[in-house]
Amino acid sequence: MAVGTSQTEGPSGAPSPASAGEHGTASGETLHMQLWRGDKDGGQFVEYQVPAQEGEVVLDVVHRIQASHAPDLAVRWNCKAGKCGSCSAEINGVPALMCMTRMSTLDTASPITVSPMRTFPVLRDLVTDVSFNFEVAKLIPSFTPAPPPPGGYRMQQVDVERGQEFRKCIECFLCQNVCHVIRDHEENKAHYAGPRFFVRLAELEMHPLDTLDRRAYVRERMGVGYCNITKCCTEVCPEGIHITDNAIIPLKERVVDSRYDPVAWLGRKILRRPAPMTAAEAAAHTSAATRGVSDAAR
Amino acid sequence: MSVVQENPAVPIPVEIGGVRAGPPRSQILRRDTWWFWPGVQALGLLAFVGYGIWTAFRGDFYYAGTMGHVSSLPSHYLSPFYSPCFVSSCPTDAVWGPAGGIGTVSPALLVLIFPMGFRVTCYYYRKTYYRSFWASPPACAVADVGSTQPGGMRSKYSGETRFPLILQNAHRYFWYVAVIFAGILTWDAIEAFRFGSGWGMGLGTLIFVVNAVLIWMYTAGCHACRHLCGGGLRRFSNAPVRHTIWRRIVTPLNEHHQLYAWMSLIWIAWTDLYVYLVATNTIHDPRFF
Ligand code: SF4
Ligand code: SF4
Ligand code: FES
Ligand code: FES
Repeated sequence: MAVGTSQTEGPSGAPSPASAGEHGTASGETLHMQLWRGDKDGGQFVEYQVPAQEGEVVLDVVHRIQASHAPDLAVRWNCKAGKCGSCSAEINGVPALMCMTRMSTLDTASPITVSPMRTFPVLRDLVTDVSFNFEVAKLIPSFTPAPPPPGGYRMQQVDVERGQEFRKCIECFLCQNVCHVIRDHEENKAHYAGPRFFVRLAELEMHPLDTLDRRAYVRERMGVGYCNITKCCTEVCPEGIHITDNAIIPLKERVVDSRYDPVAWLGRKILRRPAPMTAAEAAAHTSAATRGVSDAAR
Repeated sequence: MSVVQENPAVPIPVEIGGVRAGPPRSQILRRDTWWFWPGVQALGLLAFVGYGIWTAFRGDFYYAGTMGHVSSLPSHYLSPFYSPCFVSSCPTDAVWGPAGGIGTVSPALLVLIFPMGFRVTCYYYRKTYYRSFWASPPACAVADVGSTQPGGMRSKYSGETRFPLILQNAHRYFWYVAVIFAGILTWDAIEAFRFGSGWGMGLGTLIFVVNAVLIWMYTAGCHACRHLCGGGLRRFSNAPVRHTIWRRIVTPLNEHHQLYAWMSLIWIAWTDLYVYLVATNTIHDPRFF
């Protein structure tokens, strides 16, 4: 592990021993925080030593380091409450939100590493360029309800409840970061949506008012077949969304219905059910496509 | 089923090959024992496969009945590895199908293809062997083995989009067969209450009943089952019965699918071992009544 210069907290940033004493247990302990510092030209872990304080989360410690040792440290954060999805990082190698990882859950006897999400391009230090996700978002066929019937739309409680879990997503992109399909095989970024967007697609495919059929699109354009259901996305999701069980596998089974199940195909023929919508038809409903159309019209 | 070209004509507009954040992927930053569970699961699966091979090729002592312990009324315990028993070497008491059975190979070799196919294509077992054996990935945020050398043998990855792994999409067909097998094992559990020409109960009977229950819990918690029974609906409110089955029965079982996968796997081996021990007169099957 590349560890660069080591810095110890100077008097200005040191919390008073009294306040540490008030909080009890952690007083006197020194944290060895190894933060990734670097940009396009390379980087390394730099160790900062700061006194421990009770009740802190990793983001608090990173902020203290920023205040006392490294004013130029780049770190993204917003809410400190696990709701904005900005502070995603890898803490001791485990993808997690810095603001939701308590220091007390970490082994403070040895150094603690904080590194940026390794799947995305570096901007600086702990901040990555997550625009891949925004590009995928533009390619999701939008919610497309039928025109409202007289009296307006109605939805039943059971149908509304099902999508609730998916709407908890805070777009922290930890799942996108951990997914080995793009993490370890970057070329797949060109044709793979990733778990966060399978959550979105499942939500739309289960929406009681939606009229699109995204199954062909999910297979051909979003690449659901690349996922080998190894469940790391589910393991890291801070919102506890059962991404693999409730979104990805149901999508895979829907794709089987539309593409791989000869009995389902025969059933459609005999019962004269409509053929599955093609990927191109679904693609016409993405914001990328609709924006493209309006651009051309101008 | 055709091999399809999944790559779309228009790629997602994203820069590939730029400088990525953090240390190189070859550097494992995890400090916990991330290798422990994949290792245990690999050993567990290997142990089961080893046991299964021994049992399948044994071709004998899979029925604790007339050839079992003779001091009391004979039991009707047929090992789940050999059920349904339809070859000519099956004991007359246990044979299924046309009189005398068909063929002479070890019946287990014919029977096991279906439950094996079911488990091999099971979403849970897929996760386990992709992690434990393929090391793709070995654990979360630990790089796929072989993926960190550019241009190396395992630098490319196509997941389940190509032959042979695209065949995993046939899982629901194995599920249909698995339901029949669960029915057969249920029948065997009922048969285990038969002693001589009357009814009774031994320790073996209990083992068979637990076996059938666990097989049902595993089979009914299958993801394909969850989809077919109601999960595939867009509107639950249109199909209240299917919604109830989905919500009250299949989903609760599905949440513990991993647990039932292991319990039923271990128990099926144990049931076979018990039958073997009774059939070889190594132990005596205690009779409750
Ligand atoms: S389950 Fe699929 S989407 Fe989730 S991390 Fe694993 S491969 Fe990626
Ligand atoms: S699904 Fe979970 S891990 Fe993925 S972006 Fe949403 S909240 Fe984050
Ligand atoms: S700062 Fe908002 S989620 Fe951590
Ligand atoms: S998913 Fe495990 S048996 Fe179908």
